[in-house]
Amino acid sequence: MTTLLPPKFGPYGGQFVPETLMPALIELEEAFVSAKADVEFQREFDKLLASFVGRPTPLTYAKRLSEKLGGAQIYLKREDLAHTGAHKINNALGQALLVKRMGKRRIVAETGAGQHGVASATAAALLGLECVVYMGEVDIARQEPNVFRMKLLGAEVRPVASGTRTLKDAINEAIRDWVTNVRDTHYLLGSALGPHPYPTMVREFQSVIGREAREQMLMEVGRLPDTVIACVGGGSNAIGVFSGFVDDADVELIGVEAGGSGIETGKHAARFGDPSKGRVGVIHGTRTYVLQDEDGQIAETHSVSAGLDYAAVGPEHALLRDIERAFYTSATDEEALSAFQTLCHTEGIIPALESSHAVAEVIKRAPKMRKDQIILVNLSGRGDKDLNTVIKELSKE
Amino acid sequence: MNRIESAFTTKPIFMPYFPLGYPDLETSIDVIEALAKNGADLIEVGLSFSDPLADGPVIQHATQIALEKGITVKKSLEAVKELRRRGVDIPLILMGYYNPMLAYGLETFVRDAAQAGADGFIVPDLPAEESKEFEEAAGDLPLIRMLAPTTPPERMEAIARSAKGFIYLVSVTGITGERKSLAEGLGDLITQVREHTSAPVCVGFGISTPEQAKEVGEMADGVIVGSACVKTIGGSEKPVEAARQFAAAFRSALR
Repeated sequence: MTTLLPPKFGPYGGQFVPETLMPALIELEEAFVSAKADVEFQREFDKLLASFVGRPTPLTYAKRLSEKLGGAQIYLKREDLAHTGAHKINNALGQALLVKRMGKRRIVAETGAGQHGVASATAAALLGLECVVYMGEVDIARQEPNVFRMKLLGAEVRPVASGTRTLKDAINEAIRDWVTNVRDTHYLLGSALGPHPYPTMVREFQSVIGREAREQMLMEVGRLPDTVIACVGGGSNAIGVFSGFVDDADVELIGVEAGGSGIETGKHAARFGDPSKGRVGVIHGTRTYVLQDEDGQIAETHSVSAGLDYAAVGPEHALLRDIERAFYTSATDEEALSAFQTLCHTEGIIPALESSHAVAEVIKRAPKMRKDQIILVNLSGRGDKDLNTVIKELSKE
Repeated sequence: MNRIESAFTTKPIFMPYFPLGYPDLETSIDVIEALAKNGADLIEVGLSFSDPLADGPVIQHATQIALEKGITVKKSLEAVKELRRRGVDIPLILMGYYNPMLAYGLETFVRDAAQAGADGFIVPDLPAEESKEFEEAAGDLPLIRMLAPTTPPERMEAIARSAKGFIYLVSVTGITGERKSLAEGLGDLITQVREHTSAPVCVGFGISTPEQAKEVGEMADGVIVGSACVKTIGGSEKPVEAARQFAAAFRSALR
């Protein structure tokens, strides 16, 4: 009983799932390894990324934002311009192609902000797969436009009423469905989370972000950035962009967690940011940093952005943090909302609330940097889905 | 002979599951005592977790209530001690998810569980690949191996060979919960497992009536009843009385 690929990132990761699912994980790993080695598979994936997703996504120089902050020059990797409006489509298409390869006909997916649900529904429509998306009732209420999108794309959206009724519970329900229907169903997990091989596989499918961004920096700007910043929920957009620069020792990597109402309030999703609750544990098949209480019960989380509102972080981020290859900080709801507006005003870009957390860190950091320094931000998604939330939040002020 | 071995001297055995703390801590202790004294041969004592991903709605609901009423790992272990004090002498196997055990401290958890009088562990999110750390901490107390209908033959052989105590054979591809009929091919599955091990084979998931238990008992060494037990007892105005009747009904069906 050994895996083909390393199942762990240092002490993190692993395969903490019921026995019923182990054979499916073994099959998935085999399919992934053989697909990776298959030129045809890679060609098909690349073709879809180009002709369907619209890759490569551009690198945009944020001139007015850079001038306003008066420090580092800021570049945006425009995953918001990918088809369906976020980076999630890269992984959804990669996994959906694997599903076809494995001969399964049905996918289940979880979604928080709805971006991964929309991406999964899109991939399923494109490739002729049946798609069921689990979504917490709280998230359904705050991400309504994406619920309509998923339904239009032919997916069934199943509301999840258990637990905290957010992303964590949607994952529980997706896993329960998967356990029950594992023979013909694939779990299309949307982040660099869960049991092996998911964290590795999702990183591989998202690594296109980092590869493109690195090449674009070199071609269009003439050098690598000093700092790369991305928001971290489960951490798939971050691990995707980081993977392009992780071997460049001089490039600083910064992940931004959801600070919610502030770390001190306890209402947040900062796994690394709150040592009183963020400890190493096991959730959803993986060992990583998890927000939990003294008794090991998973804690409730809070963030204005549904996509970051999750109690655990991808296991590779836990390792990158331990070895100090990446650093993690957080932005509060208020900071993210303010960054959201700033980017709208200065650049004419409406970012997703998730991505706004990364922009918030840029706003803190850029003024302290020299003008000849460069920050690359992964703008992981667009904000159209968040308009209801933003209007509501701004009217509170 | 340890408690688990003694329990299997007369087969098939009846193994109900009940979570500590549901509907409240005191009642759950009374219920487990009543199950033990009215026909249960081994009890799976449930530890609650906020995210029980292998469980269906009945057990999710019960463990959620237990958590709301303030159950903790520590209180659960004290309850096991209390059951021993009351003269419960059948094997008590702790069934729970991994994270609360890790949070308690694995070695401390295993030590305190042994001192309280637990006889072994079932941890559904700990497959063979991840069980080494736990087994090193657990020493002589067995971590019960689980097999599923999806487990392929080679893997089944490897897992069955390393079995300690007994084998927990998950009878259906799915989560815990009552099913109207038994899984097809269960007899073949049991036969396959027996080829690789002399450990007793117990079947769980989906068994809800004494009739189903009788049918499974003709093939297996033990019958595990979870959701039906929790639902019947938890839904009763007099849970302890319900537990007595529940255990007696399954007991007589299995003899």
